[in-house]
Amino acid sequence: MRLDWTLRMASLVLAIWVLCALFAPVVGLHPTKVDLTAILAPPGERSLLGNDDLGRPVLARLLVGARTSLIVGCLVVAVSAAVGTLIGGIAGLSGGWVDALIARVIDLFMAFPGILLAIALAGVMGPGIDNVILALAAVGWVGYARLTRAQVLSLVGRDHVTAARALGRRTAMILLKHLLPLAFAPLLVEATFGVAAAVVAEAGLSFLGLGVQPPDASWGNMVRDGVSYLLVAPHLVIAPGAAIFLVVLSVNLLGDAFRDHLDVRLRVS
Amino acid sequence: MPDPLIQVQSLTTQLGDPSHPLRVVDGLDLHIQAGETFALLGESGCGKSMTALSLMRLLPPSGRIAAGVVRLRDTDLLRLTEAEMRKIRGGRMGMIFQEPQTSLNPVLTVGDQIAEAVRIHEGRSRAQVAGRVVELLRAVGIPDPEQRAKEFPHQLSGGMKQRVMIAMALAGDPELLIADEPTTALDVTIQAQVLRLLKDLQRQTGMAVLLITHDLGVVAETADRLAVMYAGHIVETAPVADFFANPAHPYSRKLLESLPAAEKRSGRLAVIPGRVPRLDAVFHGCRFAERCASVMDVCRTRTPAWLEIANGHGARCFLWDSEVAGEVAKAAETPHGAVGTASLSSATTDAARSDERGAPLLSAQGLQVHFPIHHGVLRRVVGHVRAVDGVSIELREGRTLALVGESGCGKTTAGKGILQLIQPTGGSVRYRDQELIGLSNRRMRPFRKDLQIVFQDPFASMNPRMLVGDVIGEGLQALGIAKRRADRMRRVAELLDLVGMDPEAARRYPHEFSGGQRQRICIARALAVEPRIIVCDEPTSALDVSVQAQILNLLKDLQARLGLAYLFITHDLSVVAYLAHEVAVMYLGRVVERGQVDEILDDPRHPYTSALLSAVPVVEQDKRRNVIRLDGDMPSPSHPPSGCYFHPRCPQSFERCPHSYPEEARLSETRVVSCHLTAETR
Repeated sequence: MRLDWTLRMASLVLAIWVLCALFAPVVGLHPTKVDLTAILAPPGERSLLGNDDLGRPVLARLLVGARTSLIVGCLVVAVSAAVGTLIGGIAGLSGGWVDALIARVIDLFMAFPGILLAIALAGVMGPGIDNVILALAAVGWVGYARLTRAQVLSLVGRDHVTAARALGRRTAMILLKHLLPLAFAPLLVEATFGVAAAVVAEAGLSFLGLGVQPPDASWGNMVRDGVSYLLVAPHLVIAPGAAIFLVVLSVNLLGDAFRDHLDVRLRVS
Repeated sequence: MPDPLIQVQSLTTQLGDPSHPLRVVDGLDLHIQAGETFALLGESGCGKSMTALSLMRLLPPSGRIAAGVVRLRDTDLLRLTEAEMRKIRGGRMGMIFQEPQTSLNPVLTVGDQIAEAVRIHEGRSRAQVAGRVVELLRAVGIPDPEQRAKEFPHQLSGGMKQRVMIAMALAGDPELLIADEPTTALDVTIQAQVLRLLKDLQRQTGMAVLLITHDLGVVAETADRLAVMYAGHIVETAPVADFFANPAHPYSRKLLESLPAAEKRSGRLAVIPGRVPRLDAVFHGCRFAERCASVMDVCRTRTPAWLEIANGHGARCFLWDSEVAGEVAKAAETPHGAVGTASLSSATTDAARSDERGAPLLSAQGLQVHFPIHHGVLRRVVGHVRAVDGVSIELREGRTLALVGESGCGKTTAGKGILQLIQPTGGSVRYRDQELIGLSNRRMRPFRKDLQIVFQDPFASMNPRMLVGDVIGEGLQALGIAKRRADRMRRVAELLDLVGMDPEAARRYPHEFSGGQRQRICIARALAVEPRIIVCDEPTSALDVSVQAQILNLLKDLQARLGLAYLFITHDLSVVAYLAHEVAVMYLGRVVERGQVDEILDDPRHPYTSALLSAVPVVEQDKRRNVIRLDGDMPSPSHPPSGCYFHPRCPQSFERCPHSYPEEARLSETRVVSCHLTAETR
């Protein structure tokens, strides 16, 4: 893959994100330690990114919050991609009333703004990171299902699929060997964009108080807590906002590059 | 000799990166006289289309003309500005393409598209343009031209669209018409119509035609002179009659020998070993040397010069060079090289088997495949496409049944219906006394092993993400024949060897192979499960003649060795004559005539069979028949005509034909015809 400097930067940002998520909890940070002498302290020598309304260090909270966004981003994509691919594959392959039913259900979900549904679900299930993941996956599978169904429908008429049926392959094996590997490239690209979407959605839900609960840190609830002090201490919002922005941008850039990379390979073959 | 209409001298066209270009046309010389048909003959990738595009200066963005002169009468085409060239294109030089489907704009009416060409080149007033459009449509033989001019391309059949393309090319009264594979995408009966039309138009207008084709039969029937292209340059030029009587270049000879035909049945077809050289290479000797049966030492070191053999007949080959050749020329006269006789002779076993007429291995009776047509919100069924509408055939061990018909007649659907890859809606398919129709997937699986299929397109019929070894071993794994990978791979190596490929191929991906090699891999995949019957669905129609010969030889050998039964689905009657034992001719979902191959080909009884046979272009002058012209196109299988399906196009239809579908009449033990005429005469 050709790596120009934007892609290098994007990879670097993502590497830092993952490292923070993995190691922040074990290096002895104190993200929940209240320090009443440092309330709303601006960035400076005391702490690199300043302190929040309870005097907690913003930098430490940011690094620990990376863990939440990584877990949510990856798990939401993994669960929704797995469920969606399976459902879409079954729909495309079986046809008939099964396909018609699944297609209608997908349309129904598509007609509803996803984040609204996730808010409703998270509200019903109660706050907490596991419920956020479930709520986002419950609305996220639809995109993968629709994509997989379309891919399968376009691939199922190909001669090599017919040949596999003539050789006595079972339907499940045809799906696994002949359809999903060929539908993989667009799904992979959809998944990279899904990670970025999930990070934003988690921040959104936490901002509304449905995600990670205080005193634990997440980028979303850091923004929410900081909003009240926007005029006196803007660093409380800017730091987590910039983190979200950088991660989402980087994931999107790499997703783009990845798609181009796959396209080139297809052209060569 | 009068001055030529168009004169091309050492034309060189390059594609791609200038530092490492593909020389797709490399020093090409030709000239075409006014009013003559000049054919440019060659296999895919030899540069014939690029030559045509160079003449029109319509090269793709990465292409450029590096050297040469193209002179149309007194005009040097390569020196014209782009604006001047635009006046020539569609004016003094017209062009028609292979795919009429994609050459017309789907959102404009046919009349508008022709009118555009008329306006640009004739500068007539609006009212006159409409009149000229109708005149052009009438000239290309489109019935009811006023009405047709208002229709869109999708409302016309393929043959009609090609006529419209010709009408557009004629709009500027061209002196030269370049026809790039004009009939390759069309059925034989339609091809005969279009070729006849081109001939008639040429007689009326006196234009010259540059016909680009790979079909030797088309050349023999339509061209006056021809040039054979190989690897970017011309290797032989000759008047057509001379060429087919005495081809001079070894490549031309091989091409002619590799054509399948009835009289070659007992032997193998000639093949050309190796592949076409890459065009980015720098050639030191003859470009054909690596594949030539009569290669000499000098061929590899020196480039052969152009030699005039007889009047108007020249070749680029050392065999005709009196200094070099001498006694070597005699050896080259032997028509079949070592390749022709080397492997096992299928002839004897073939003859021995042909008398057996045991119980059929598989028999289909009244097979029907109807597809419902849904309409409206509730998806009610409003009709059926009768793709296959009562087909009865029998397959016997070691024999080949050819299922012949034009596109859309349901032959592929019939093949898939027999294998239960499409669920038939009626009739019966019995394999060894077991009814196959209605079996569930699970109950069908034991029979899958015996019934296999090979497809037309060797590119789409393999999963591009699977290794060749896994592709071939798929059936062994799926049916649990060889569960361990090591066993499977051992068997795969044997199979690759059987189809004439290096066992190393198993570790590579399908895209690394050429079309012919891929088709071998597909055959190996079908053979892996040791089938009794293989349905071959046009296995050679996507391949060049010389590669087709390899595949046909392979299929014939395998049949002799393994006693396979083939259901060979094709539209190519010369392949039928070479390979088949029995023939069934299909029209609009039904078999109209079936019998032994020689019975059908020598003495067709159904008017459709006669018309089909007469439309096939043949190389030998004395075997040519008068083309029986069929008017119109095949009707839609959703609304077949009343009575005999063929009667609206039948030149011999009489009053009974529109009223009832003719019963099958058994003429002999092997021969069945469905026609009122035969019932009448008996």
